[in-house]
Amino acid sequence: MTPHRDLIVNALLTPEIVRELSAQKWDLLIRQGRRTNLLARLANVLTQQGLLENAPIAARHHLTSAVLVAERQSIALRWEVECIRQALAYAGIKPILLKGAAYVMAGLEAARGRTFSDVDIIVPKKLLGETESALMIHGWQGSHHDKYDQRYYRRWMHEIPPMRHVKRGTTIDVHHTILPETARLTVNPAALLAAIVPVKDFADLYVLQPTDMLLHSATHLFHEGDFESSLRDLFDLDCLFRQFSALPDFSETLALRAATLGLSRPLYYAVRYTTLILDTPVPEVVRSEASLGKPSALISWVMDICYLNALRPVHSSTNSFSAWLARFALYIRSHWIRMPFPLLAYHLGRKAFIRSKSYDIEKSVADADLKA
Amino acid sequence: MYADFEVSSIDAFADFHVEIASEPSLWRWLKPQVRFFFDGRPSFIPLPTVQAFAMLEWGLNWCVAAHSHQYLVIHAAVLEKNGKAAILPAPPGSGKSTLCAGLVMRGWRLLSDELALYDMTTGEIFGMSRPINLKNRSIGIIKQFAPDAVLTDSVPDTTKGTVALLRPPTQSAVRVREPVRASWIVLPKYTPNMLPLLEPHSKARTFMLIAEQSFNYDIHGENGFEAVGNLVDQCACYQYTYSQLDDAVRTFEELCSGKIT
Repeated sequence: MTPHRDLIVNALLTPEIVRELSAQKWDLLIRQGRRTNLLARLANVLTQQGLLENAPIAARHHLTSAVLVAERQSIALRWEVECIRQALAYAGIKPILLKGAAYVMAGLEAARGRTFSDVDIIVPKKLLGETESALMIHGWQGSHHDKYDQRYYRRWMHEIPPMRHVKRGTTIDVHHTILPETARLTVNPAALLAAIVPVKDFADLYVLQPTDMLLHSATHLFHEGDFESSLRDLFDLDCLFRQFSALPDFSETLALRAATLGLSRPLYYAVRYTTLILDTPVPEVVRSEASLGKPSALISWVMDICYLNALRPVHSSTNSFSAWLARFALYIRSHWIRMPFPLLAYHLGRKAFIRSKSYDIEKSVADADLKA
Repeated sequence: MYADFEVSSIDAFADFHVEIASEPSLWRWLKPQVRFFFDGRPSFIPLPTVQAFAMLEWGLNWCVAAHSHQYLVIHAAVLEKNGKAAILPAPPGSGKSTLCAGLVMRGWRLLSDELALYDMTTGEIFGMSRPINLKNRSIGIIKQFAPDAVLTDSVPDTTKGTVALLRPPTQSAVRVREPVRASWIVLPKYTPNMLPLLEPHSKARTFMLIAEQSFNYDIHGENGFEAVGNLVDQCACYQYTYSQLDDAVRTFEELCSGKIT
């Protein structure tokens, strides 16, 4: 099965193609890059390869703009992490950073040109209450005050409702495990938290060990029902595979670790779709051992069709019925594997009939919150 | 409004793809609404159809302010005459757009009434010469001040009150790609029944004002700080209190001819 290769993916994998692009293709490339949050990454790749000069000046402006935002966000993120570290240090809590924040603080390639919407941390479940109050004392406020939402998060989810800093307006997601408690897959958070590694130059700040970081990234992506940033997340996985494969023992232990944590299935998908869509050079040993997590032939055939469509850039240029259908099916699946059916029926019913009104408008007003 | 602008060909590069489309809803026969789309994605809340044009302009401003970080994007009007340019930074309500429209109707070239695009490397400022957004009483004032001004119909009851757009003069539209170097930064302050008063404004305060009125000052860090510093250094900085457009035209004329230094 060969995936359709969209322009943004093509340009990131084989940057030389930009030498031949027409103005109209540049137009499309910038739009796809912007929509998939891959514009700054594209700019970095083109700069590294000495190809930026090929971009018409108008397109180059957009690339420059995206790089500036990404660089600023990376600085802002370090500051935010420092604020979180200090707030929790008073309570003797040592946070473990997840996803984007972890990539930045661990100095990984995946962080280059990446943008962030929030900081994710994970703490042992027994410290959740203390973590929440320590953050509240230092200016973070809870969200989702609705009773149902509170119950949704606190009883069923793997995180508490996002907290927002009163002054800085930044958001933190506090997790206690990496999948909802109601999910089909049961992870072993104790094993995850027992193998953390300190962030260089920090005594009280941690990230997951390389295998677990990759497995978490995979678990997150392949449980997701929203595909806005999933192509970016797939590129994250690509970066992690490339960088970590050079570490001693990484490749040999990855599949075993996935089995220990109960994450063999997400690892299989990660290997399958990074190699298929992004030509990621996943070592042979990982490829063969990851196939332990392969579902039945029928399921893997369906999943191939779904993910090869769903992981295309979410942009008007790639709109098609098949992409829509694939995303819809995976959206249903994401709920299906996160909750048992009765709970799911109740939750979706509630979302459809009671909460459909306010969300869209809140989001749009925030977008429009400009001085002009 | 855009009649004097060049239409780019279909296969050219476009900075932003925007669209105003009617919002499908059960009420559309009674209360037709439109929505702004940025590159195929709906943005902002839908508004009544009569506000469509104003919405397009606000949407475009948002596109530029949120994505054009190759510039320092300053919330200010920019005007040019005889090769010399003035920046009018101001919080809403200061009469910036009215003053800008008044001067434009008396021969100043319009670069922008809303967004100054400051290239921090070259020190040049670009505008887009887009229509001037007039609000409430300024609509009547401009119609009276310049009877030949071309305005859209007034649209009442928007979030900013009644609005109308003023068509930029042909010369401004034709010269849209020509940047300027600023000579003056003038903070306008409309105060009814006051005699016109142009007084020096401290460089430090002007610096803070420009920084505050920039959409992306935070993104540029040290470069932004240096760039605003350079801009304030190269300009004469004033605060201008006025109540009559005729006075304002005279004062700016004196600035331009070097009678005021």
